Amino acid sequence: MTMLALNNVSKSFGALTVTDNVSFDVPKGQALGIIGPNGAGKSTLFNLITGNIRSDHGSIHFEDRNVTKVSAMERCLTGIGRSFQIPQPFEKLTVYENLLVAATHGRNLSESDVRDDCADVLERTELIKRANTPAGQLSLLERKRLELSRAMATQPKLLLLDEIAGGLTEGECQALIRTIKEIHAQGVTIIWIEHVLHALTSVAERLLVLDFGKVIGIGEPDEIMASKEVQEIYLGIEV
Amino acid sequence: MIWVDTIIQGILLGGLYALFAAGLSLVFGVMRLVNLAHGDLIVMGAYLILVLVTLLGLSPFVAVFVAMPLMFGLGWALQRFLLNRTLGDDILPPLLVTFGLSIALQNALLEGFSADSQRLPTNALTTASVEIGSITLGVMPLLTFASAVLVIVGLNQLFYRTEIGRAFRATSDDATTASLMGIKPANIFATATGIALVIVTIAALYLGLRANFDPNIGPARLIYAFEAVIIGGLGSLWGTLFGGIIIGVAQTVGAAINPEWQILAGHLAFLIVLLVRPRGLFPRAND
Repeated sequence: MTMLALNNVSKSFGALTVTDNVSFDVPKGQALGIIGPNGAGKSTLFNLITGNIRSDHGSIHFEDRNVTKVSAMERCLTGIGRSFQIPQPFEKLTVYENLLVAATHGRNLSESDVRDDCADVLERTELIKRANTPAGQLSLLERKRLELSRAMATQPKLLLLDEIAGGLTEGECQALIRTIKEIHAQGVTIIWIEHVLHALTSVAERLLVLDFGKVIGIGEPDEIMASKEVQEIYLGIEV
Repeated sequence: MIWVDTIIQGILLGGLYALFAAGLSLVFGVMRLVNLAHGDLIVMGAYLILVLVTLLGLSPFVAVFVAMPLMFGLGWALQRFLLNRTLGDDILPPLLVTFGLSIALQNALLEGFSADSQRLPTNALTTASVEIGSITLGVMPLLTFASAVLVIVGLNQLFYRTEIGRAFRATSDDATTASLMGIKPANIFATATGIALVIVTIAALYLGLRANFDPNIGPARLIYAFEAVIIGGLGSLWGTLFGGIIIGVAQTVGAAINPEWQILAGHLAFLIVLLVRPRGLFPRAND
C-alpha cells in the first residue's frame, strides 16, 4: 500500500522554481532518505507535504486520499507529523506540556486520553527526566529529541524528519539513530532529510536525491551513493 | 489612622483598576494585541447591564450573568471576523483598527443612549459597610477587590491548569508551529478575546455601581488599565493586580493630600515606576 504519493508537484516563489515537477511515492512502512545540496528545495518539499505551503501544480495523495488542497492542520489530524530543521519547541511550556499540546490537538483527544501516551513517548525518546523542564532550557540534543517526541505524540503514520541529526556529536547521533530505528520498527513510515549521511543510510531503505528542485535519482542507498551523477552534483566530486 | 484608612481604600480601589486591566493583559499576553477600544468596551458592558436591568427588571448582580455570555459572543466574533485580520508582523494595523473601533463605539453609544450620565441602580448592598476595628470599609469596594482577586486566580488557573490555557500559551509562543500541531490560532485568539470581554463585563458592573458613566469615559478607563498592566509588567497577571493597587493607592493618597491631585498622583506613580523599572515590576522573562 502506498502511504504517500506526489505527482508532478511544482512550486515557485516568483521566478525561482524550488520544486520542479517532483513525482515519487513511499510505500507504507518504508524509510525514505532525501539528500541534496543546500537550497535544493528539500525543506520546501516537506512544507508541501505537510501543507504549510500549497503547490502550484500537481497532486499529493496520502493513503489514497487527495490532500493537495487540505489544510496543514487536517493533514496533521490524518497522520502526517514532522520535526523541524531548527527545533521550534514552545519555549515557555514544559517538555511534557509541549507533548500534551501536540497530542490533544494533533489527535483531537482530551488530556486524560493522551497523558499516558505522552509519558510513553518521553520514555522512548529518553526525555522523561526532563518532563517538567521548560523547553527553553533544553540542550541541542534534548531539543532534537523533543522535536521527535512532539511529532511522535501526534501518533503519525508518516513521520517527516528534517535534519534532525545535524549539529550533534557522534555519540548523540548514535543515540538518536537508535530511537529513530525503534520508531521505524513499530511500523511508522519515515521520510528523512539529512546531511549526516551515515546516520541516514543506517535507517533509510531508499534514497531520493534532489537538486535545483528536481528529483535526479531515487533507489537503493548503495546504488544512489555510487551513481556518478549523484557524486558530481551532491558531493561535488569530479569523476 | 486616617492614613491606614486611606491606603486600604486605595488598595480596594486598585481592585477596580485591576479588573479594567485584566482583560487587556489577557489579550496582550495571548496575541500581542493592544486593544485601544478596551475602555469603550467596558463602558458598552455597563450600558448592556443597564439595558438588562431596565428592560427585564433584573438586579445588576443578576444582569451581569446574563450579559457575560452575550459579551463573550461579541468578543469572539470581534476577534474572529475583524481583529484577526489585523494581526501580523506590523503592529500598526491592530492599533489603527481598535482606535477606529473606539471612536465608532463611543459614537454608537452616544447615538443610542445620549450624553447623559447614567448609573446602575443601587440597593442596600451597594451602600452597606462593615467595621473592622476603627476602620469602616464599604461592602462594594470589598466585593470589587474580591472579584479582582478571583478573576486573577481564575485566569492563572485557566492558563496553567487547563487544556485551553496550554493552547493559549502555545499559540502565544509560536502560532505557526501551534497550527501544525492541530491548533487553530484564529479560534484560540477569538476565545481569548471572548474571555477578556467576560472580564470586561465584571469590570463594567463595578464601574456602573460605583460611579456615573457616559459614552465618553472609555479612553480614561483604558489609560488606567494600561498603567496597571505596564506597572505590573506585560503579560503578568498578578503583576496587573499589583499595578492596579499601586495606581489605586497613589490616587487615594493624592486625594487625601489635595482632592485635585487624585488623578495626577496615579499618573505620577506610573511615571515613577516607568523611570525606575521600564519593563514593569514583574516582567516575563522572554518578552
